[in-house]
Amino acid sequence: MNLWCSEMNLRVALIGTGAVGRGVLSVLSSKNLGIILTGVADSRSGQINPDGIRIPDLLHQKENTGLCGDPSISADRVVNEAPYDILVEVSPTDAESGEPATGYIRKALDRGCHVVTSNKGPIALKYHELECQARERGVALRFEATVAGAIPIIHMLQDSLGGNEVQALYGVLNGTCNYILTRMAEEGLSYKQALDEARSLGYAETDPTYDVRGTDAAIKLVILANTIWKTGIRLRDIHVTGIDLLTEEAIRLAEEQDATIRLIGEIVPSKNIYRVSPLIIPRVHPLTVKGSLNAVILRTDLAGDLFFSGKGAGSLETASAVIGDIISIRERYAGGY
Amino acid sequence: MQVSMKLEIRDTPGHLVAALMPISDMGGNIKTVIHEHDNLTEKGSLSVEVVIEIPKERLSGLLSLLQERGINVIRFGEESMHYQQSVILIGHLVHTNLGDTIDRIDETGYAEVIRMSISMPAINERSSAKFTIKAISHEHMDKAIDILRDVSRKKDILMIEPLVF
Repeated sequence: MNLWCSEMNLRVALIGTGAVGRGVLSVLSSKNLGIILTGVADSRSGQINPDGIRIPDLLHQKENTGLCGDPSISADRVVNEAPYDILVEVSPTDAESGEPATGYIRKALDRGCHVVTSNKGPIALKYHELECQARERGVALRFEATVAGAIPIIHMLQDSLGGNEVQALYGVLNGTCNYILTRMAEEGLSYKQALDEARSLGYAETDPTYDVRGTDAAIKLVILANTIWKTGIRLRDIHVTGIDLLTEEAIRLAEEQDATIRLIGEIVPSKNIYRVSPLIIPRVHPLTVKGSLNAVILRTDLAGDLFFSGKGAGSLETASAVIGDIISIRERYAGGY
Repeated sequence: MQVSMKLEIRDTPGHLVAALMPISDMGGNIKTVIHEHDNLTEKGSLSVEVVIEIPKERLSGLLSLLQERGINVIRFGEESMHYQQSVILIGHLVHTNLGDTIDRIDETGYAEVIRMSISMPAINERSSAKFTIKAISHEHMDKAIDILRDVSRKKDILMIEPLVF
């Protein structure tokens, strides 16, 4: 088991320097959290320094050259050779293969190191296997940032609701879709106009298919389902309908009854409901959040209904979830050698 | 008036027809029969749920007739369609026979489309319609929605349901 003294610096290696990675770096450099960066890699370069990499220099280099280190040092090498306590894997999601992230995570766990990831691919596809591997090695695998950005929903489910039976989960899990639907409702925009606006503001990718057809929300639902019920649900088990065929007239029709339309993920195991679909929802319902916000309702037997909302994406918001995982691992495992 | 009854019959051929005969004999109109073969009672008999339309003054006559013929009425009550739900359909609704889509609900006897608003932006463009459906119970509403889901799938219509919470 990987233990360290609370007085010691916690050593972290970071894979991925996109929006989330840069958010993590900026928090590490601006807050004195007792964490040092001993390795970093992007898709084209890497660096290792057991004494700690100077983060302002690293960010400067990344900004000027597009590289975070030496092109001869690969992400594989950082994962295999850098001295770290926690591997922070925040490379882009590949929802089909889960690679190369899954390989990095396996290797880090194999080395007896903890892993924190924001990458949905490995968790949606290989959660059970990776969780077993982590348990065998006596280390932690945390993935708060994979679902609902800044909302600490996984932490809540794994740590704070012990003894509760979660009976159902309802969530707005994709900020891009929620932004589009909000704008269609509030400004009377067509689907295409709202999508173009979301793109110009950076809320939607150039190819928005993954978001607007519901795949992203469905992957998050898979992760939540496996965290709560551990039933081995896969993406193909979720019935998915996107928002790409919605009309503005449909939203007007919903408004006639003081309602609107939102893309909602639902899991109700007792009714065998596992789906993501646009639904008619009262305008005053807690899940009718605006813009790119995310929201989740958990129905539990002891605590009753619990509601969470917050920013579902963004560099610092997602970094908040990653940093929260790192700190919670330190608190749980700190104890000296 | 519309009445729903739960009848107990023996699980042998001919008994269902025998149980329904008194209803037509008394001038009642059978709107729906829900007959679940798997649903045996403790005594090994079947329960059948029927919804009928019958003039109010003939109801007590019908109950006596059922009793005379040895058919046990487990439950009966005046039925009205209390449960209401709206769904929105998007697609080529007129070209895929809107009348048939509505009929599929109305012909169940336990649910009907009571209101519809439709918006057709232009010829050849997809239209959007809101159906308000009434049903005699939650379970019947779920069944009606299932039917509409199936029809929508076959007609390539996007159906937007309400969040049931």
